[in-house]
Amino acid sequence: MTDTREIRIEVPVLARVEGEASLQLRARAGRIEELKLRIFEPPRLFEKFLEGRDYYEVPDMVARICGICPVAYQMSAVHALESLFGVDPGPWVRAQRRVLYCGEWLQSHSLHIHMLALPDFLRTGSVIGLAEKFPEEVRRGLRLQQLGNDLIRLYGGRSVHPVGVRVGGFHLAPPAADVSALLARLRAGVPDAEALLAWTTTLALPADEQGFTSVALRHPAEYPMNEGRIVSDRGLDIDRAGFEGRFAERHEAGSTALFCHLDGEPYLVGPLARVNLNVDRLPSTVRSVLDRAGLHFPSRNMYHSIVARAAEIVVALHEAIRLLSGYRRPEAACVPVEARAGTAYGCTEAPRGLLWHRYDTTADGRVMSARIVPPTSQNQARMEEDLRQSLEAYGLAHSDAELRWRGETVIRNYDPCISCATHFLDLRVERFG
Amino acid sequence: MNTKPRIAIHKFASCDGCQLAFLNLGETLLELAALVDIMHFAEAGPVDPDAPVDIAFVEGSITSREDLSRIQRVRANSRYLITIGACATAGGLQALRNLADGHGWLAAVYAHPEYIDALATSTPIARHVKVDLELWGCPVNGRQVLAAVRALLNGVPPVEENEKVCMACKRNQTVCVLVTKGAACMGPVTRTGCGAICPRFGRDCYACYGPAENINAAPLSRRFAGLGLLPDAIARRFLSMNAAAPAFLAAAGKDGHD
Repeated sequence: MTDTREIRIEVPVLARVEGEASLQLRARAGRIEELKLRIFEPPRLFEKFLEGRDYYEVPDMVARICGICPVAYQMSAVHALESLFGVDPGPWVRAQRRVLYCGEWLQSHSLHIHMLALPDFLRTGSVIGLAEKFPEEVRRGLRLQQLGNDLIRLYGGRSVHPVGVRVGGFHLAPPAADVSALLARLRAGVPDAEALLAWTTTLALPADEQGFTSVALRHPAEYPMNEGRIVSDRGLDIDRAGFEGRFAERHEAGSTALFCHLDGEPYLVGPLARVNLNVDRLPSTVRSVLDRAGLHFPSRNMYHSIVARAAEIVVALHEAIRLLSGYRRPEAACVPVEARAGTAYGCTEAPRGLLWHRYDTTADGRVMSARIVPPTSQNQARMEEDLRQSLEAYGLAHSDAELRWRGETVIRNYDPCISCATHFLDLRVERFG
Repeated sequence: MNTKPRIAIHKFASCDGCQLAFLNLGETLLELAALVDIMHFAEAGPVDPDAPVDIAFVEGSITSREDLSRIQRVRANSRYLITIGACATAGGLQALRNLADGHGWLAAVYAHPEYIDALATSTPIARHVKVDLELWGCPVNGRQVLAAVRALLNGVPPVEENEKVCMACKRNQTVCVLVTKGAACMGPVTRTGCGAICPRFGRDCYACYGPAENINAAPLSRRFAGLGLLPDAIARRFLSMNAAAPAFLAAAGKDGHD
């Protein structure tokens, strides 16, 4: 029925009013001829002002790249610099950093599920509307978000731009009394997390299978956070230092987020990619909930991202409880650091996916150059590809409002750092023929 | 007739962390939503950027030509305009480009700088429009934004917190890290409001809340020199999250051009 119709859709983001993304679409005869997703954040040029800074300034500076996932930036940075400097902060620091990361996954995933994704799938407009229809579920989500924030606060004094992380360890080891008080609340939160996961498995999600490459870290024994090799479900298996040999960023007109490709192709990072590549590392409680719901991972349905995110909330809560049980406060929270000249590579799993850092330093630990590849630029090409497939599968004959809603839903599904979360698509449609 | 006050939250160049002061309020966010009409808050859902409001909260600094005109529209539509955080109030870390060759930096990061609408500078909101209240901090916290909302809803002027972090440390009975550890702590020149968390964590304050009132930076710089910091390292202590704050620019020996 669309055989003779040419649709020209322009979605110029309430341009830069919330200035972060735009979608342009040209379609003919029910097929999309051209589709461009452009993410525009006013550029802040972090990589440049890191130059000339001392290595110990880096964790506090890179945190400011993202207020939603500052811990991820701190973690990729300190792991990069410590591995260059030959510093091993030891098992206590290693475990506590994992707990800290659990806190960030908990808060970021809870925020995304309840404030960004569910209002799409349940058609409530916003979290305020969601709270009117599902008050208990929203309260539960806010409690989980709070637990995540409190975990970050335990190690860093505040949940946004926490101050506790340093190269070599932490500035302060949390007092045992604070840990045990929080541990009790984490244990009490397990039913909330499991109920949330069960709830997401009952959502009426679109069945839209797509072919894509998943990329994530993989660790010999753990669900990946701070450590592991970079792997894909199509045979990639490299060390973090090998990233630049396989992954390349391109700059497209109108976008300040670069488009990153793996061997020239789009790929996926984030919770669904992590679960797809690490399903055997999920705790049995998570796997049994998924099995009971008849959901099988690896999954080719991008909408299963919300389930993957909820599964990781359960993972993070269980991990934090496991690692904090039997907590002992050490004498020192960090080890001495001696700088070295060279190139430092760091790669960890931010809530939104792989976060890769490179620093070149002088012998006294000054940063000469820095390169940071955030998850959103890695997912941008995949988001474009997904939009093309999803909107065609959905049917271009749908109304403008439906097409816009579907497009926004697809984009938000990637949790492209909250600022680019596209609650804004201003749709103008011209129909010809 | 609906007489609830109307608020908006706008974002400019920033990390989004200050908006989390609202999104991390937990149930208080739902209570706030019952007390006021949130007209525009893209991250939380409502989108109506040009709605007239009683209070506009502005996060982020001005870094593009488009944003130069957008901030004028925000001002025209708002009874009170409150900046939240270091970017909106003092340019943010990205204002470090003001001291360098901003366009050269753009060309170094992006293959096609001509694709990007960016100014060579990052400037605070007050450089462009009248600001009724500035909330300092990188990031601001929920206590600060709620106190501002409460004060304005009750028709009283908000209290400006401009004393030094040192005062908060004394009240917290935190041991001074500058005196006992020789840490290059910025507390003596930094505005309070964070709860003095860095010294509580045994480390130096790094001035993320910006300059306190009437600071005396020269003696602190001399003290840092006594600790072994070179002039360049001392200047960098002042040039971070609040890189366009005049008092810090002066302390770093920069003339405050932008």
